[in-house]
Amino acid sequence: MKIIIMGCGRVGARFASLMDEDGHEVTVLDNDTYSFRRLPPSFGGTALFGNGIDEEAQKRAGIEDADVFVALTQGDNRNVMSCQIAKHVFNVPRVMCRIYDPLREEMYSALGLETISPTKVFAQLLKDKVEKTEEKAED
Amino acid sequence: MYIIVVGGGRLGYYLLKALLNEGHEVLVLEKDVRICKTITDELGSVCFRGDGCEASTLAEVGTGRADMLVAVTGDDEDNLVACQVAKHKHNVPRTIARLRNPQNAALFKKLGVDVTISATDIILETIEREVPTHPVTQLMSLDEKGLVIVDVKISPESTTVGKMVKELSLPKESHLALIIPNEGSTHVPAANTVLRAGDQIIAVTSPETKEALKAAMRGI
Repeated sequence: MKIIIMGCGRVGARFASLMDEDGHEVTVLDNDTYSFRRLPPSFGGTALFGNGIDEEAQKRAGIEDADVFVALTQGDNRNVMSCQIAKHVFNVPRVMCRIYDPLREEMYSALGLETISPTKVFAQLLKDKVEKTEEKAED
Repeated sequence: MYIIVVGGGRLGYYLLKALLNEGHEVLVLEKDVRICKTITDELGSVCFRGDGCEASTLAEVGTGRADMLVAVTGDDEDNLVACQVAKHKHNVPRTIARLRNPQNAALFKKLGVDVTISATDIILETIEREVPTHPVTQLMSLDEKGLVIVDVKISPESTTVGKMVKELSLPKESHLALIIPNEGSTHVPAANTVLRAGDQIIAVTSPETKEALKAAMRGI
């Protein structure tokens, strides 16, 4: 699979190296080259300097024949915009978007983007864990 | 009209002032508390501190009854999201976004933003109009019809000088509407109207055939 990842933060870099280890063709895009220090020395993919909300930068990253585009920058709006470019301009088959704000996440999910809200997921995870320990304590 | 302006920077500030002067009900949404305070101190309670991209902020300021939302922050992505949230969550009939990157115009239209404005494009158009040697100037764009109205100048070097309108190889979507000669009266061109140097021609064309029209009028 050919994967483009926008944002080389902790999650982006880790996801990139996991996919790279599994033999996928990975390109990571970030508008700060210093972020690429997070990629492990063994990383065999491409690290590309560029702004993911720019159609030209997406083209340089090879968006036209990408199978997956994932937006993982810190900015919800940047993620939303880059994903809509990938989906509606370049017709990438699978586009995934991280949106911290749960309300915005619900809206864009309703508009047809595949979205993940770490806020929602993590809060739910914490709740489940805490309630589980409580149950154990009651036993 | 109730108009919501997202972004209280310099552009937002002067826009707010002008709209208030015209008698509209205007509210600026601004994240920065200091900017908000300056606006409130100067113009009264017309600034709300909050993120204009958040559905909850927009709900709080009654976006549901707004006639228009104008997003003029310095970031294209923020302007896009503010317009989309206004449109899809609050059914605002008209959304306008400022663009930093003029290339985003087509994308924003596709994603539901009604109007986009790019300072770069406006300045370029003005330059084209000011510089007399530029043979084709866009005067107006009829977005719904997919047409533009342009002004073509026939320079003395054009090989079309002395030719009749029917001899020009105009693109299919282009029509000459009016000829304003250097001397004499303005007239509607007929098939046998002869072009003269210094003629100014108002034409209707599609944006795609603008360049072809330019070539046909210059005769190159």
